[in-house]
Amino acid sequence: MTVESGAVTAAAPSFPSDPATPTRPSLKPHEVPPPDQPGLVQLLTPEGERTDHPDYPLDLSAADIRDMYRDLVLVRRIDTEAISLQRQGELGIWASLLGQEAAQIGSGRALGPDDMVFPTYREHGVAWCRGIDPVKLLELYRGVSHGGWDPKEHKFHLYTIVIGSQTLHATGYAMGLQRDGVVGGDNAEAVIVYFGDGATSQGDVNEAFVWASVFNVPVVFFCQNNQWAISEPLEKQSRIPLYQRARGFGFPGLRVDGNDVLACYAVTKKAMQAAREGQGPTLIEAFTYRMGAHTTTDDPTRYRLASELEVWKLKDPIERVRAYLVRTGQAEPEFFAALDAEAKQVGARIREACRTMPDPPPLTIFDHVYAEPSPMTSILREEREQYAAYLDSFEESGGAGR
Amino acid sequence: MTILTLSKALNAGLRKAMENDPKVLIMGEDVGKLGGVFRVTDGLQKDFGEDRVIDTPLAESGIVGTAIGLALRGYRPVCEIQFDGFVYPAANQIVSQLAKMRYRSLGYVSLPVTIRIPCGGGIGAVEHHSESPEVLFAHTAGLRVVACGDAADAFAMIQQSISCDDPVIFFEPKRRYWDKAEVDTASGVAHALPLDRARVALEGTDVTLLAYGPLVRTCLESALAARQDGRSIEVIDLRSLSPLDMETISDSVRRTGRCVVAHEAPVYAGLGAEIAARVTEQCFYRLEAPVLRVGGFATPYPPSRLEEHYLPDLDRILDAVDRAFGY
Repeated sequence: MTVESGAVTAAAPSFPSDPATPTRPSLKPHEVPPPDQPGLVQLLTPEGERTDHPDYPLDLSAADIRDMYRDLVLVRRIDTEAISLQRQGELGIWASLLGQEAAQIGSGRALGPDDMVFPTYREHGVAWCRGIDPVKLLELYRGVSHGGWDPKEHKFHLYTIVIGSQTLHATGYAMGLQRDGVVGGDNAEAVIVYFGDGATSQGDVNEAFVWASVFNVPVVFFCQNNQWAISEPLEKQSRIPLYQRARGFGFPGLRVDGNDVLACYAVTKKAMQAAREGQGPTLIEAFTYRMGAHTTTDDPTRYRLASELEVWKLKDPIERVRAYLVRTGQAEPEFFAALDAEAKQVGARIREACRTMPDPPPLTIFDHVYAEPSPMTSILREEREQYAAYLDSFEESGGAGR
Repeated sequence: MTILTLSKALNAGLRKAMENDPKVLIMGEDVGKLGGVFRVTDGLQKDFGEDRVIDTPLAESGIVGTAIGLALRGYRPVCEIQFDGFVYPAANQIVSQLAKMRYRSLGYVSLPVTIRIPCGGGIGAVEHHSESPEVLFAHTAGLRVVACGDAADAFAMIQQSISCDDPVIFFEPKRRYWDKAEVDTASGVAHALPLDRARVALEGTDVTLLAYGPLVRTCLESALAARQDGRSIEVIDLRSLSPLDMETISDSVRRTGRCVVAHEAPVYAGLGAEIAARVTEQCFYRLEAPVLRVGGFATPYPPSRLEEHYLPDLDRILDAVDRAFGY
């Protein structure tokens, strides 16, 4: 199983031509690309060589690429730190983004400040791009909150755990943009929604595709195909490459090297712009690999070969950017040294914040079930009062109170 | 005052809500040109346009899921689920997404979505068109669940639900759509009974009979029939199924000493069970008899030729009332 590399041909968000003879596709779509696959958009090879693509001209400054490299390094550091915190009992669970940094940073940095993001539970890199403090993510995985950031402030919705549900929320939000008259104008906004290869089997995702298509809404479906839905490989979800699903719904789909931060940036930028201009949805399949376990409770040795991981390590999303920066002289050793130090600092900060994070007071369990300032429902109020009295009864006897 | 059917009263209430707030949208299957299979949205698309009255693809999860997205953008969507038995494909979006979003976001997110569901049996329909799934939603924290029993309440309650900042599951008694009543369409809803309050529909002294939605009328008819036997039944229309207005219920039961709960939904683990437990806690020393329940059997909804046996009618309700006097 390899990702195609080197120069590629047409991969604009447009329909592939009808194959002359309909064929039954392979049962292993990720291993044997069908003949009409237009190819993989790639702008930076695994060896760190810059390539051009006619549909995705990209003119980023050295500083821009160094910034992206910094993002990649820092989110991997946050991820590594979180895994350690889980192992030390500070987090209940963690969903690692290891291997998917480029897909998330590339797409995340391609967004405008007013664009709205709907993540899964693994979009720590995109959260970073939207200014969410990583400590907020730790809160969720520690069990202190279910999220608790303001989606409006960050234009980054809550993490969604039920697979694929957020694709409909994103589509509805984008329908709101149409009604607000902010599609096609100078202040145009668009929506991006993240999901994985497993989610493409969900009814909600397919319904979102139908809605987005028939209403032509400004949404980009960003599928990180990391090859594994916990233990199930892609062939349990699809017989055709995922990006080709879009065609049946009536909008363009494309496949990008998900480990190439520049390509992910370029294709997302273009698809979001098309959405803002009123051209409707695009499906981006970011072809990547989940290098770690599904979550810290998972054991990938039960279902996949270590050799597969070794192959993907050669396509690491961070190493290729470093190789490129070094080879082209766009970053000095001091840059890398300073970044190492910064990564250590970020790690230390979130580690400390996690370890000292207090549990919420017990009675907050009753908060925010219903709207304020209208009072809580009488039944909820009664339960709260009874439980408060129960806790107070311990306090009076010198026990643990609220 | 105008005489309106319950269906027309809902239509008038929806129209008012749309006139008062440009963010109110209607979405569902066949709600546009057709005006909904029960004509509740009749004429609204013509007057408010296709952007505000949206004929959606045929997928209930999609209807509720995109409504959530629209609400996140500041809209107040009113979703129509065509029939009670069709709501289950949307269960994840309602139970796991809509109901919990405020809580999960620590109050940052408000989802003022109203989901209208024609409910209940009695119209001779094929299966999946006669169900009463209200307790599934009443058991879900974060949702408000209401049911209107007559045209006047339909007119006020639909507007109150739309303006409520919580998600509301709004049950409409489909066999009462054609029932007529006086509705004051001229006045606003500011002085209407709050959405979370029950209403004493008929005062009485001997027994409290609780109902909602389609059985409110049946219970009122039962009470009138019982008068001939010299029995005074107080009928309470619950209106709000979650939260329950226990204050109004318990005030009544403390006076009458007897309580019967009627609903079309199966008795087993139904709303009546919750009410019986709470009434027992709150009115224990005033009760002359256990709280009794009358309702659907612990079976799937039967073929329509059998539904008259399944649905509590006047006689079965009065039988339950009689039993309450047997202790």
